[in-house]
Amino acid sequence: MARSTIELRIKRQDAPSAPPRWEEFSLPYQPGMNVISCLMEIRKRPVTRSGAATTPVAWDCSCLEEVCGACTMLVNGTPRQSCAALVDKLPEGVITLEPLTKFPVVRDLIVDRQPMFDALKKVRAWIPIDGTYDLGPGPRLAESVREVAYEFARCMTCGCCMEACPQYNGRSDFLGPAPIAQVRLFNAHPTGAMNAEERLATLMGRGGLTDCGNAQNCVEVCPKEIPLTEAFGELGRQTLALGLKRLFRR
Amino acid sequence: MAAPRISVIGGGLAGLMATIKIVEAGVAVDLFSIVPVKRSHSVCAQGGINGAVNVKGENDSPEIHFVDTVRGGDFLAHQPPAKGMCYAAPGLIYLLDRMGVMFNRTAEGYLDFRRFGGTLYNRTAFAGATTGQQMLYALDEQVRRHEADGWVDKHEGWEFLGLVRDESGRCVGHASLDLRTMKPRAFRADAVLLCTGGPGLLFGRTTNSAINSGAAAGAAYREGAWYANGEFIQVHPTAIPGQDKLRLMSESARGEGGRIWVPRNRGETRDPRQIPEAERFYFLEEKYPRYGNLVPRDVASREIYDVCVNQGLGVEGKMCVYLDLTHIPAETLDRKLGGILEIYEKFAGEDPRRVPMKVFPAVHYSMGGLWVDYAATAEGFLEIGHPKNHMTNVPGLYAVGEVDYQYHGANRLGANSLLSCLYGGMVAGPGAVTWARSRKPLAADLPASLFDAGEGRWSQRFAELARRDGPENPFVLAEELGNWMLENVSVVRFDAKLRETDAKLEELKERWQKASVLDRGAWSNQPLSFVNQLESMLDLARVVVRGALAREESRGSHYKPEHPKRDDARWLRTTIAAYTPDGPQLRYDPVDTSLVPPVERKYD
Repeated sequence: MARSTIELRIKRQDAPSAPPRWEEFSLPYQPGMNVISCLMEIRKRPVTRSGAATTPVAWDCSCLEEVCGACTMLVNGTPRQSCAALVDKLPEGVITLEPLTKFPVVRDLIVDRQPMFDALKKVRAWIPIDGTYDLGPGPRLAESVREVAYEFARCMTCGCCMEACPQYNGRSDFLGPAPIAQVRLFNAHPTGAMNAEERLATLMGRGGLTDCGNAQNCVEVCPKEIPLTEAFGELGRQTLALGLKRLFRR
Repeated sequence: MAAPRISVIGGGLAGLMATIKIVEAGVAVDLFSIVPVKRSHSVCAQGGINGAVNVKGENDSPEIHFVDTVRGGDFLAHQPPAKGMCYAAPGLIYLLDRMGVMFNRTAEGYLDFRRFGGTLYNRTAFAGATTGQQMLYALDEQVRRHEADGWVDKHEGWEFLGLVRDESGRCVGHASLDLRTMKPRAFRADAVLLCTGGPGLLFGRTTNSAINSGAAAGAAYREGAWYANGEFIQVHPTAIPGQDKLRLMSESARGEGGRIWVPRNRGETRDPRQIPEAERFYFLEEKYPRYGNLVPRDVASREIYDVCVNQGLGVEGKMCVYLDLTHIPAETLDRKLGGILEIYEKFAGEDPRRVPMKVFPAVHYSMGGLWVDYAATAEGFLEIGHPKNHMTNVPGLYAVGEVDYQYHGANRLGANSLLSCLYGGMVAGPGAVTWARSRKPLAADLPASLFDAGEGRWSQRFAELARRDGPENPFVLAEELGNWMLENVSVVRFDAKLRETDAKLEELKERWQKASVLDRGAWSNQPLSFVNQLESMLDLARVVVRGALAREESRGSHYKPEHPKRDDARWLRTTIAAYTPDGPQLRYDPVDTSLVPPVERKYD
């Protein structure tokens, strides 16, 4: 049976230190709606299910086509982009929306994912080019290598894998799956490989690869199906090789 | 002695490229963005970036790219900037490659290139069908590196509000809003670069991101920056519908051989796969044998409109055509178009490898934008490092990327926008550095009263807005704005409808005064910032509508059935709008067509 209304239960919080509360909303069903369009309807008429006036729900969104990563939240308990959460594909019944739990709440469904961007600095997730002046073409690359690297290059820093990872939380040192997998990307690039050891050294330290508990939740929730666990395997081999090299160098 | 500092506002491709160039020149940057810069709208660009690298033995050249670009723009673009851009393109693609963009490769490991609209050459480099995302990430990474080294101070979660100007009118800083504390603050800057993207939200649901309100451009315009060619809005021929946005199906789908068709029979009810070849109307291929499905976007959108509205042949009787990829091997599609196939599967629920996609035209890009200057060399290129490049009429204020009006004339060619963002950043950065270094005194040494006044003005306004509790909902007003603009100011424009829309905008502006802020909170109050934005959006919408009403011809994306021909004698002119409280004041400036003489634009 199709829905005639859309029932939502949304966890709200006015400020980082304010206590969370739940609010329920009921909207007329329209075909083709996603969670974002529900939130857009609410802000046009911010009234709860019981008819009480409330404020529009605060949430992050930008591209609305699952390439920017902004609108990540828990939809029925699962971390995902709310733009790609189509109402018709969700199970019948109430749709529950909550902010991600591994990052500090800013307001309502907005969280602060700055730790992920900071982690990208720690692992030096960039190609150290000499400058933007003209140095001619870049290195040649086999299409097969490019295809594998491209998988990792699609990471949106959305935070789904961080949310699902049992080892990652706001208090642990663990860098988390997404930033670690970026090392795999930059070490695969011919220029990036020149600094592979620097990145691997970070992964061999505290909060690095050995903190991964191999629960494999990260690959389950990645919206871009990035082969995160394969990256950890490959990086495990790279760090082992580096460890051996250092051992013999002594 | 204090060193100059530059504020870059907006962290898409244009803003990040400008930032990198400024930092390389040894000037520190304050980078402002409403979202973490990695989430900027550039991620939505799919198909690729143009550059005549000529890897397919076609004798392509930057000169041909240049001619294609100005012809594609129906000769409304100033030619020296367009020439500079096209000649710089191969070098920019190489640069991105060096930064690690995972561009698709040929069997030999060279960069691969594909076809795009408005050209007969394989000139578009691409990374699957997520080229904009990949390019943005590469620049984001380079900027993060400069941030780690202390040259870039990122202010993410800040929204541009307005300019701070000294007594002589020079821009010496800006006021921006902390989107968490909701407090405006003034920042000192020896140059300010607006890189804030396009105004898609004026048209409600478009292919644009939810953040593309055009409010920053509107705010600058309200403070005296001119807005040029506002009436030129690109409607992309192929998007899919949605309740929240219209999702783009890249032109690269046709570049890789995708075909547009409708059933020849009105009221056709068969599954498209059951319709025999002879009963399919490949209307672009029939009417334009040379360019076929790869005519420029303005041409394709008008033809789709004609076939669906005038001939009544739209799929299921709607404004809808088939975009058919089913004849292309699935492996090729996955490798070259994976990103858009994924979007179609996810949001339309069908597999485009097996079933023709259902697509329709959607508002996509603004060729118009803030007026910016340039300095040309005797050879017809831009003089790199000249402070005039990309400077608005407000001294010290620059505009770069979709927010400016340079390069694309009356219609942009596909895969030229990533290029113009990068090239714009590449020339605006050094120009702004030259300007900033020549400032005496530097913004840091100007009296605090100047900045206190700028901040105070906005604090007062936000205190006033925060008290508003009228009967109008600002999001409902924005929806009405979008519906009117989409209905009357997109592919086909009738004078009477434009006049009605202009009157409607006046009405919306009055109702805006009675808008409620909906939320009394003092923390992350999204409706409060939106109420402020909406006023600028309404003013900017009038620039689009009045410009369209005034221009009595058809050129590029601007098509009026009542004036169906291009009229160079009267209208080969740049529209320049200046703000007045009673609406835009329009004037017309000559276009620099010194390099390629205007000819009739033909693609058949």
